[in-house]
Amino acid sequence: MEDQIARITSRLVVPFIQVYGIYIILHGHLSPGGSFSGGAIFGASLVLVALSFNLEAGSKQIPHNTASILESGGALGYIITGLVAIAMGGYYLSNKAAGFPMGEAGSLFSAGAIFIITIFVGIKVASTIVTLFYYIIEGEK
Amino acid sequence: MIDILNILLLLFLIVCAVGVAYIRDLLSAVILFSSFGLIMAIIWQQLSAPDVAMVEAALGTGVISLLLIAAISKTRRTE
Repeated sequence: MEDQIARITSRLVVPFIQVYGIYIILHGHLSPGGSFSGGAIFGASLVLVALSFNLEAGSKQIPHNTASILESGGALGYIITGLVAIAMGGYYLSNKAAGFPMGEAGSLFSAGAIFIITIFVGIKVASTIVTLFYYIIEGEK
Repeated sequence: MIDILNILLLLFLIVCAVGVAYIRDLLSAVILFSSFGLIMAIIWQQLSAPDVAMVEAALGTGVISLLLIAAISKTRRTE
């Protein structure tokens, strides 16, 4: 069921959705939104490709194995960021007390560990949505 | 003026919710449910919760309807 209108529209719209999702993830500590909202938007754009073209085009964008590795890697990055704070002499996930560079308040590279954690959680949410969609479509193997 | 908009949105929300419960065709119910999510996103924005509105617009309108349509394509369309 290949539809001309759906294909051309999604080809035009998908890059803008992905840039918007990345923008929301990167500005999570400055503006409304954050890792969960941006990750959901980015994952929805990847699912839109698989839905409007076909499953092969979707898995060319992000293969299943890569999605599962990214999903586990996002959670692992979160844990490692927390453990790095312990190694630098603070509590688990502590931010300024552990000595993460704060930067200038209000600029993009500020807020220390929150900026790093936001990126990892965004990756995890986006790949989780893609993995959920593939599991429902293809069934568990 | 903005009160009239809010009342209209809430009325449409109630119509959508009751329609999802009563309709027999599951695909129409999913489409109605995604329009429920869209109206709900605008209402969250009116309640000054823009980040919840963002999540509702992405998940409640996009992803949930996609997952439900995928589930329908695996099973039957009517109840």
